[in-house]
Amino acid sequence: MFFRKKSGSLEAHRDSSDGAIANKEVEGLSQRQIVFRRFVRHRGAMISVFTLSSLILIVSTALDFKVGPWKIHGWWKYGISDIPDLRFKDCPNGEIGCPTFSLNPFGNRFGLGEHPFGQDDIGRDYLALVMRGAQRSLLVMFIIGTIGGTLGTVMGSITGFYRGKIDAILMRFTDFIITIPSIIIGSVVGYHYGNLGVTFLALYLGLFSWTGLSRLVRGEFLKLRELEFVDAARVAGASNRRIIFKHILPNAIGIIIVSVTLLMAGAILLETALSYIGFGVVAPDVSLGLLISQYQDSFTSRPWLFWYPGFFIVAIALSVNFIGDGLRDAFDPRQRRRISKKDRQRASEIIKESGSL
Amino acid sequence: MFAFLSRRIGALVVILFGSSFILYNLAAISGDPLEALRTSVEPNAKQQIVTLTRTLQLDVPPPLRYFYWLRGILGGFAGHINFGMSRNGHSVTELIAGAIPVTIRLVTAATIIACILGITIGIVTALRQYSRFDYAMTFVSFLLFSLPVFWVAVLLKQYLAIRFNTFLSSPTVPPASIAFFAVAGGVFWSAVISGSRKRVLTIFGITAGVTALLLEGLSLLKWFSHPGFGPIVLGLLGVGVACGVTQLSTGLDNKVALRASLTVIALGVAGYYPANYAMRHYAHTSTILLLALFTIAISLLTGLIFAKIDRGAIMRTTTITGLIFGLLTLLDKLMQTWAPYMATDAINRRPVPTIGQNNSQVDPTNYWFMTLDTLMHLILPTLALLLISFAGYIRFTRGTLLEVLNSDYIRTARAKGLNERTVIMRHAFRNTLIPLSTIIVADFMGIIGGAIITESVFGWVGMGTLFRQGLLGFDLNLLMAVFFITASLAVLANLVSDLLYSALDPRIRVGAGK
Repeated sequence: MFFRKKSGSLEAHRDSSDGAIANKEVEGLSQRQIVFRRFVRHRGAMISVFTLSSLILIVSTALDFKVGPWKIHGWWKYGISDIPDLRFKDCPNGEIGCPTFSLNPFGNRFGLGEHPFGQDDIGRDYLALVMRGAQRSLLVMFIIGTIGGTLGTVMGSITGFYRGKIDAILMRFTDFIITIPSIIIGSVVGYHYGNLGVTFLALYLGLFSWTGLSRLVRGEFLKLRELEFVDAARVAGASNRRIIFKHILPNAIGIIIVSVTLLMAGAILLETALSYIGFGVVAPDVSLGLLISQYQDSFTSRPWLFWYPGFFIVAIALSVNFIGDGLRDAFDPRQRRRISKKDRQRASEIIKESGSL
Repeated sequence: MFAFLSRRIGALVVILFGSSFILYNLAAISGDPLEALRTSVEPNAKQQIVTLTRTLQLDVPPPLRYFYWLRGILGGFAGHINFGMSRNGHSVTELIAGAIPVTIRLVTAATIIACILGITIGIVTALRQYSRFDYAMTFVSFLLFSLPVFWVAVLLKQYLAIRFNTFLSSPTVPPASIAFFAVAGGVFWSAVISGSRKRVLTIFGITAGVTALLLEGLSLLKWFSHPGFGPIVLGLLGVGVACGVTQLSTGLDNKVALRASLTVIALGVAGYYPANYAMRHYAHTSTILLLALFTIAISLLTGLIFAKIDRGAIMRTTTITGLIFGLLTLLDKLMQTWAPYMATDAINRRPVPTIGQNNSQVDPTNYWFMTLDTLMHLILPTLALLLISFAGYIRFTRGTLLEVLNSDYIRTARAKGLNERTVIMRHAFRNTLIPLSTIIVADFMGIIGGAIITESVFGWVGMGTLFRQGLLGFDLNLLMAVFFITASLAVLANLVSDLLYSALDPRIRVGAGK
């Protein structure tokens, strides 16, 4: 039932025509163009790029923020420390501070309304809180991604390229850090240094998050440095520095980019989880994990306090994950996208015309 | 091999020593365990400070104090490991000894189920690459990757526990739900089996109809309030299990294997009443283990008697069949316990608990009530951990299997005329298991990290809770004990996965070339 037999000759024929299509597609294109085209074709990844960039735009411009003496106004009227009056009117079942956000075009209050995501216990606008939390999450994500990515690439490149004693010492150091589960080191760091602010927390977490990436990069470097083009470059008199930056690193960039995106998706979940158990971002600052942990008990009475922060976490992490998947597919040279019937027909026509089959 | 092992273990000890030293000092300098007492206005605060300083040796600077702590750990080699005292005056060793089984129980169940489900779905998606099922599963696994475990846990509590409890207190399935499950089941199976449009529609019709009839029938028969199989249904299920296992293991063409596994089922049904008698009158874990051993022995023997050639494969088939049937019998026994369990005052018709690791009001003398209670408490946390971890297995199995299926030896296997089942089960699947086994070992440790959060959501008192206590109360010994155990497990998992890899894959030799 599961195991359908494929007819051999048809398969062989298809393979050759698929190859022809694949070759036709990449004719005269640089590697960068090929990767870009493959990425653009990945539907999930493109939707995610759109979602993530609009989320970043919406979230980062929502609230007022200060640059030196100037104050730049956000698009949302409330801040996280404003305490407007709690709404009682128009709420079903006598709920307090219910959300006014409505997508029903025939309802009498279509649109955002006064408090789209509702209000918390003391009346603070929940949209403002969620926006601040999402800002925190995005900030943590980028800082951890940058620090972890840079450290991991540097460590992996050095150990993989120079091998020998440096490799042995640095890899033992990596083992050191790997022994400590990230949630534990995160808790210790977050609990003791969390009150120094979210940037500091993210910096610290970034210092411990490069291990997996460095192992991957090291493996890639070990493999690439043995290849002929590296030998050719060396014979031509290229310095180590040039070989690393001009020859090996561009070939390893696919793996690095993909793992950094996955690292970033993991970073969001780590930050929210730490804030949830109380060792990450601490009040009076706001984090999505902290919001969920504060309001999980009101799930039955005021579910929106629980749903909105969760939606934002899932939306950010999901789109980052999908972008990572699209990048992986785009960078993988063995990856061939599914070839549709129409493409196959067109290709076989081309092949017949050119008389190669 | 020995040299390699000793070198690796030596390195492990050095690593553990170093990282524990770093963490000890990091944790020690970042907080003062006496802070609360110093500002306290209690009359005996001074007295308490003195006592605490003495028991925890707080007058010794942390880098030196670390060696006191280390002496206790090294005592493990002499037979009595000592993790020191917690600040409440309990022995940390005892606390940890109580917490480890709880966490292990939580993690083991989740890992096993995640492996089985993840690998199965991963295989199906790889065999059905680029099908609708594949795309759907890809989406689902990414979604699961992106879910925070604490958020899922709250949702599970609300929808699974509270609503399901309400359903179970008067279990009739409303027509809307029947329709929903029928359509869902139909869509699932037609996507998995797939094929031409006509075939998909037929499969959808059949599976949806069967699901609807089954649900309606079970609801009418009040099966949900008095579940159980009984020997006849058990026998029918057993025949299905025998056919399925034989198909996957040797193929249904192998009549000897089929006959052997059907005989095992027949013997199992014959042993239904004796086994139930034994489980009722000698209710204990050892009885179940004995019965399991007995089942394995009988199955092996049956295989041995039936098989003329190809003994190993047939004995494997009978053993797997026998064990699955044994599990079904156990499940039947637990189901028989269900109705009386539901009726007890401790449960009060709300069987799925949202918090805690056991219900203290359940009669501790009744072995089956206790087992059922433990299992019910496991459901939600296991599900939360499971949802998070099994997406990884789906993706990994799919990727590896696709890579293996494109390799030359698979082409060779096909070329020499093996049927598709043999190619996939014997050649492709086994080679997929090699990298998977190492991932599973490494993942086990990752789940222990995840268990810290899960425990705190579901109120279990395991390693995670101790860790939290240690961190919040600046309880250095408690914190270090948890760290030491998780770090040791992590390092060991690394070693085991290296060794496993070399044991399973003959191309890789440990310690070679260095």
